[in-house]
Amino acid sequence: MSELSPLDAAGVSAAVDAALAAFEAAADLDELKEARLAHTGDKAPLTLANRLIGGLEPADKAAAGKAMGGARAAMGRALAARTAELEAERDARVLVEEAVDVTLPSSRALVGARHPIETMQERMCDLFVSMGWEVAEGPEMEAEWFNFDALNFDPDHPAREMQDTFFIDPPSSGLLMRTHTSPVQVRAALERRDSLEEGRGIYVVCPGKTFRTDELDATHTPVFHQIEGLAIDKGLTMAHLKGTLDHFARALFGPEAITRLRPAFFPFTEPSAEMDLRCFVCGGADAACRTCRGTGWIEWGGCGMTHPNVLRAAGIDPEKYTAFAFGMGIERTLMFRHNVTDMRDMVEGDVRFSQQFGMEI
Amino acid sequence: MPKIPLSWLAESVALDGASPEDIATSLAKVGLEEEGIHGSGVEGPLVVGRVMSLVKEEQSNGKTINYCRVDVGSFNDPEGPGHKPDNKVDYPPSKGFVCGAHNFVEGDWVVVVLPGATLPGPFPISGRKTYGHWSDGMICSSRELGLGDDHSGIIVLTEMGFSADDLTPGQDAIALLGLDEKTIEINVTPDRGYSFSIRGVAREYSHATGASFTDPASLSVTGAAGDGFPVLIEDHAPVRGNVGCDRFVARIVRGFDPAAASPGWMKQRLEGAGMRSISLAVDVTNYVMLELGQPLHAYDLGTLTAPIVVRRAVPAEEIETLDGTERVLHGEDLLITDSLGGHGARPIGIAGVMGGALTEVSASTTDVLLEAAHFDPITIARTARRHKLGSEASRRFERAVDTSLPPVAVQRAANLLAELGGGAIEDVYTDVNDVPAVEAIEMDVDYPSRIVGVEYSVAQVMDSLTQVGCQVERDGEVLIVTPPTWRADLESPINLVEEVARLQGFDALPSVLPVAPPGRGYTHSQIVRKSVARTLAEAGLTQVLTYPFISEQRLDDCLLPSDDVRRDVIRLANPISAEQPLLRTAIFETLVDAVRVNLGRGAQDVALYETGRAYLGRLVGAIPATYSGTSITPDDVEALNEAIPGQVRRVAGVMAGNKVAAGWDGHATPWKWTDALAMVEKVERACGVVLEISSEVGERQSAAPFHPGRVAIYRLDGEIVGAAGELHPKVCENLGLPARTVAFELLLDPLIEESDGVLMTASPVSGQVLAKEDFAFVVPSAVAAGDLVSAVIEAGDGLVEDARVFDVYTGEQIGSGLKSLAVNVKMRDADHTLSADEVLSVREAIIAAASEKFGALLR
Repeated sequence: MSELSPLDAAGVSAAVDAALAAFEAAADLDELKEARLAHTGDKAPLTLANRLIGGLEPADKAAAGKAMGGARAAMGRALAARTAELEAERDARVLVEEAVDVTLPSSRALVGARHPIETMQERMCDLFVSMGWEVAEGPEMEAEWFNFDALNFDPDHPAREMQDTFFIDPPSSGLLMRTHTSPVQVRAALERRDSLEEGRGIYVVCPGKTFRTDELDATHTPVFHQIEGLAIDKGLTMAHLKGTLDHFARALFGPEAITRLRPAFFPFTEPSAEMDLRCFVCGGADAACRTCRGTGWIEWGGCGMTHPNVLRAAGIDPEKYTAFAFGMGIERTLMFRHNVTDMRDMVEGDVRFSQQFGMEI
Repeated sequence: MPKIPLSWLAESVALDGASPEDIATSLAKVGLEEEGIHGSGVEGPLVVGRVMSLVKEEQSNGKTINYCRVDVGSFNDPEGPGHKPDNKVDYPPSKGFVCGAHNFVEGDWVVVVLPGATLPGPFPISGRKTYGHWSDGMICSSRELGLGDDHSGIIVLTEMGFSADDLTPGQDAIALLGLDEKTIEINVTPDRGYSFSIRGVAREYSHATGASFTDPASLSVTGAAGDGFPVLIEDHAPVRGNVGCDRFVARIVRGFDPAAASPGWMKQRLEGAGMRSISLAVDVTNYVMLELGQPLHAYDLGTLTAPIVVRRAVPAEEIETLDGTERVLHGEDLLITDSLGGHGARPIGIAGVMGGALTEVSASTTDVLLEAAHFDPITIARTARRHKLGSEASRRFERAVDTSLPPVAVQRAANLLAELGGGAIEDVYTDVNDVPAVEAIEMDVDYPSRIVGVEYSVAQVMDSLTQVGCQVERDGEVLIVTPPTWRADLESPINLVEEVARLQGFDALPSVLPVAPPGRGYTHSQIVRKSVARTLAEAGLTQVLTYPFISEQRLDDCLLPSDDVRRDVIRLANPISAEQPLLRTAIFETLVDAVRVNLGRGAQDVALYETGRAYLGRLVGAIPATYSGTSITPDDVEALNEAIPGQVRRVAGVMAGNKVAAGWDGHATPWKWTDALAMVEKVERACGVVLEISSEVGERQSAAPFHPGRVAIYRLDGEIVGAAGELHPKVCENLGLPARTVAFELLLDPLIEESDGVLMTASPVSGQVLAKEDFAFVVPSAVAAGDLVSAVIEAGDGLVEDARVFDVYTGEQIGSGLKSLAVNVKMRDADHTLSADEVLSVREAIIAAASEKFGALLR
């Protein structure tokens, strides 16, 4: 092949065209590199032609330089454009090739969970704390005096027999496993009674573990959890009790929730009432409803105005202050709120039960 | 709990056709909760029939059956051939039945159930071919109809007390036999003893609905109280100041026919109410008790020796009660005695609980002494509990019975005996009556409104109280209220408030949310415990809540030495299971049960934790059951709390199997002892404390249940607060846990107390360049890595930011009895970048310290 003259306009143009065609034809960055070396490398016709410019007549140098400059620029532009194209293609291909199966297991570490009884208890407490109430706690192994006497259970009254109590041996120890969280009400009132004198009412909830000698079955467990509320203030009435229960029900069961009170008996409240929740599943409209068994109402807990004798036991003057109290089972709440059909699932400790619930309930 | 036959209830209050469900709802409104609605379970055609013909046919199996044609009136098949295969003979209008019983003859009045009916079971009836005949249902026995256990034969109506004149073939037998009766079972709360009667429930129904109430106790008492059968009350040891008996009515009915049977309606009602029919005299006393609420007793007059003396038992005195049991009495038990062998010498009944066997009415009794008394509820409750002898009578007496009932109830019973058994009631009866007048209660007129939050008018308050039977007088702003004799539970103004509230209805309550004063939020302890629970769940452990009951064996399984502090167990007086009478002394002891549940259900990798209490310590002594006055003082509370044994809050975890499962992208990582220690570190961080760690056990605290060489013992201010590590191989074996299961248990309360109120002081974070140096020290094997790291940090004199062992090596190159610990040290100063010389001098100081303290050589 004869040498290309820098003054051979047609030849230069053809060489440029050949280069542009080669760049365009390059299918990937490697081919483009070969094409670049072939057309712009040391041995390329245009590179060689460029070297000849020095030997030209001065009159021709400018024209030749201009022609060669234009040729290099055209090739440079084409090369850059094609490089960008091919790099983009390559990057896109790599991303496709690197794609993974996102449905493969992503974590092999064992997953933990809170127990829903505890998270339910916390959710309930959160509501009351947000209202300015405090959370009071007390011992599970309790003095008989706090569990019964202070709560107006006469030692010989049949009400004392209503609750199947675990007594600590020997029976003369005066100790038992608390049958309800109510002794905490008395303890909380005792601890806080000074605040009444300062004009601040006592508003507490008492969550915790309680014990009764029931055999474990689908609806009973000897160890269970309750939450109780106690409010002591000037001028509190049963209407305030109802208002508190309605608010609590709405927080747990939605804005439509309502409660109903029915007369009942507890030694530590008077008047006393059983509290029912309007069935939040059927609203009372479905005679075959499984949640309320067609009654339209779900028994949720007991409540009432704290008996004056209980206030007296805590050193509070029932002539000056009135109080209300309420209590419900956490297990029972979980059962109807989350359709838990067997108490045993909550107590046996099978991790599959707790893991159905998230970290919050 | 009482069962109320509605036809009986309807005799005292107008039910006006209300359905059983409506009645239950109304009763619930005033506090009598429904426990169930019961019917006979008999439905469909059950009719009276007259046996026209009866043919005995011996069967190949040796049994003889009767083929009967029975006249069932309008249900008869027309005259002509019977139903196939009985179609070869023409019969008069009738139906055909096969019957295996033989206690009846042609012409008897029987009860037949026809196809389409249902008997209790439920047992649907249809026609069927049997013993070569077509039987169109069956002739019924009492048991088949749920009327009793008598299965000796079929019902012959004239033998049940029905007169043939009143019977017609085809007549509905459901109504005739009372099988249309519905019974409501209600729950009576302990304060409403008077609702253990038709009388009380009827009154409550009237309160709920306004329906008119007729008091079944308003009957006239004939004759006069006077010198009837002599009765003396001699209680020399009242319980809690209450005389055991303050009223005793005794009345004689003579010439009573011992063969007279209880009428069907009475039996039906007794059975509907859940009692068995025994004999007319006993049935009558039970009937009156159910109706009025007053327990009665009938004595065979001929067996009694006057006078009757009511007195306390002499300790160890004995009596044989009606149930045939010989009972040894306690000095507090109240007795009815007669004077056979001396004044009050012979016990004839445990007052208010159960009569004696010697003086009960028998099949030959003609003269009866009826007793109705009023006994002290506390005495009766204690005796019933002491002898585990709860009876229909004691249940009523311990809830207080109307003091005005005894003469009325005796009259009612005597009337029934005279009417049904033909006796003559003696005119003069005994009435020892020491009942004090009911005390009036003074209540502010507006007190109910102040408590309930509903504006009741004075008229509403007075009306409600009058309705429940109180006498109400108004004196200005005060009401003077005298409760009725049947409401011993009305003792103070607050009791009256409840009556007003429930009679006016809880539906009237407005809903008002009270505004609490600003609170203090969660306590430090509550915040920290939530954080501990959460951090462990996030670390892969699942929270469980196990029962705290254990066996003695469990402590042995955990290898606890006999002098270990965890052997100071607390025992339940009445455990559910005799095998598990102890309370756990560590959470671990019961947490393993949940581990086993999961392993048993196929899980291989199990990591559980529990937050809660264990109970240990020695009982300090008897805790007072009462306190002076009505209230408790803070000093009392403190003394009492100190007497309650330890029940500190704890957290424990058990991990078995793999922490990280094998998978497509890597190998499995088993739970190791280090993981147990890492969990403790997380708990420490959540609590805001740093514990001392060592392998030293305590004086009364062994390493059990841990592997003695793979356990970390944690201390706070020198006191042991927990342990973590690998379980003892023997413990794993004893408890059925996988080998190398790891665990931890910490006391939470002391850790939380340690950080309560302590404010963390933050150090500024240096932005200077970090210098890193690695060291490989060869030290004797016994040197603890933690001690070496502490020495390294100390030697850095404030310039060592962090030091961490990153490799441990033992082997021939090092030499026996030695190990190599590789330590990475990060150094940084607060205000300048450390120069090479400074770094070098720290390095030399570290090497010198390690050499001096541990004989460490740099490798």
